[in-house]
Amino acid sequence: MLLLMLPAWAMLIGLFLIPLALFFIRTFAEFDGTTAEFLQQAYDLLFSQAYLTALATTNWISLIVTATVLLIGYPIAYFLTTATGFSSRIVVLSIVLPYFTSIIVRTFSWMVLLGEHGLVNDILIAIGVIHAPLALMYNRLGVLIGMSYVLLPYMVLTLYAAMRAIDPSLLRAASSLGASGLYTFRRVYFPLSLHGVLSGALIVYILSIGFFITPALMGGQHDIMIAMLIDRALEVAVDWPSAALMSLTLLVVTLALYALYYRLTDIRRLIGAR
Amino acid sequence: MMSRWPGLLLRLYVGVMCAWLVAPIVIVVILAFSGDGYLRFPPTSLSLQWFARVFGDVQWQRALLSSLMIGAIACVVSTTVGFFAAYAFLRCEFRGKKLLLSLMIMPVIVPSIITAIAMYYLASKLGLIGNFVWLGLCHAVIAMPIVLLILLSALHAVDPNLERAALGLGGSRTRVFCRIVLPIAMPGVMSAALFAFLASFDELLISLFLAGVRAQTLPVRIWNSLNLQVEPTIAAVSAFLIAVTTLILSAEAILRQRQTQRRRQTAG
Repeated sequence: MLLLMLPAWAMLIGLFLIPLALFFIRTFAEFDGTTAEFLQQAYDLLFSQAYLTALATTNWISLIVTATVLLIGYPIAYFLTTATGFSSRIVVLSIVLPYFTSIIVRTFSWMVLLGEHGLVNDILIAIGVIHAPLALMYNRLGVLIGMSYVLLPYMVLTLYAAMRAIDPSLLRAASSLGASGLYTFRRVYFPLSLHGVLSGALIVYILSIGFFITPALMGGQHDIMIAMLIDRALEVAVDWPSAALMSLTLLVVTLALYALYYRLTDIRRLIGAR
Repeated sequence: MMSRWPGLLLRLYVGVMCAWLVAPIVIVVILAFSGDGYLRFPPTSLSLQWFARVFGDVQWQRALLSSLMIGAIACVVSTTVGFFAAYAFLRCEFRGKKLLLSLMIMPVIVPSIITAIAMYYLASKLGLIGNFVWLGLCHAVIAMPIVLLILLSALHAVDPNLERAALGLGGSRTRVFCRIVLPIAMPGVMSAALFAFLASFDELLISLFLAGVRAQTLPVRIWNSLNLQVEPTIAAVSAFLIAVTTLILSAEAILRQRQTQRRRQTAG
């Protein structure tokens, strides 16, 4: 019976794990020079201004996106647990449709909306809030808007899965004992949903730090994230050792956070526990 | 528990957010039908000129064909392989099950840029850059975790006693599998296949690295032109991709509805 798993593993090993291992091992092995020279280059790279800046940028953007998406998504997920019929269907549809739309298409949509002569600027000028177009894209703001949009569904689906498991009779008990709505939320509901908040935040952060498409298209010169730096090392400088080294650090951080996520949550919830 | 105001505010907030989620997609679809020479909203006239331009262009046609072929390969391979794996997962009891599953999900966790570069490294050594089948197989790796997760929850509902009964009545393992397991699992397999196709159809980074000149997919061509300028043809291609997504989501919804209906009938 376990043999049925063999094709999946063959594919996973042959087309995923071996390429990854080969990429790292061969790139480092092909390095021209002594071990000392390699270590020197690695040190120079990992403490270079460009790398450290990209690290800080990546972390900062990912944290802001995670917080934004959590704040936006929490009420939506809560609403989903209480809604029934038509309104719940509409909400589910508005989350699922973007979720399954290609990232490049979603990014393009925001590029159209946020451009210098885009809809957002047009509306703001028309209602007289501003007089000249704002720079909404090709800067940090554009990256934050685009990434939050792409990642919101992950947060909502994770939160929803956790909130659905909260027993509503606990809330009734709290209010019948005289607790106000706010108090019940703060002392009963929120603590019970904390588990979902943590796993949602983790998964969004994990996905954020590896983001490439949206920041590459919507960011400016000062919004270089790690994934973009890796791409540049290859495309511009054809510097395989640097690309491999940076990839390795990103991979290690990602897997460490994934291990934490694994301990914290049921992986089957990743697609929103149907 | 709550007075009316918080509930009303919540509804308003969720409504606004849903509009925010859907608006970009709707606007792109509308822009795709624009009769203007450049992207502006709302368009002053409507036409099919951008669709005509996209579908009349040999390069876009070729990209569409590549996307479809690669998607088909990825869909068939990942669904087959993922189905067997999901079945084994549900029917076997062993230690470290959760750990094994989390390892199999890794392709969607590891940043795509790393996966793409690693796959590019191997493909270039093997001379497989621009090879459709190879790109399809690489997409299958990304789609397999999705298939696995969908099927794990779909097959969960299949009663193992049905198989035990069939086996007890003298059916061989293969026969029981083909006549009992497969038909019951079919709706789940179908929706997994749809999502697997979608995962490949929308994938960008791996294609970007592995496609070379020959196997450029639709997302790769969108990427290439977006790096030059934001032009209306892209709106038409985007609208097409959105239409495919919508179609697949509706098909899946219909499938699921039928399944629940059938279950209700058999239960009642």
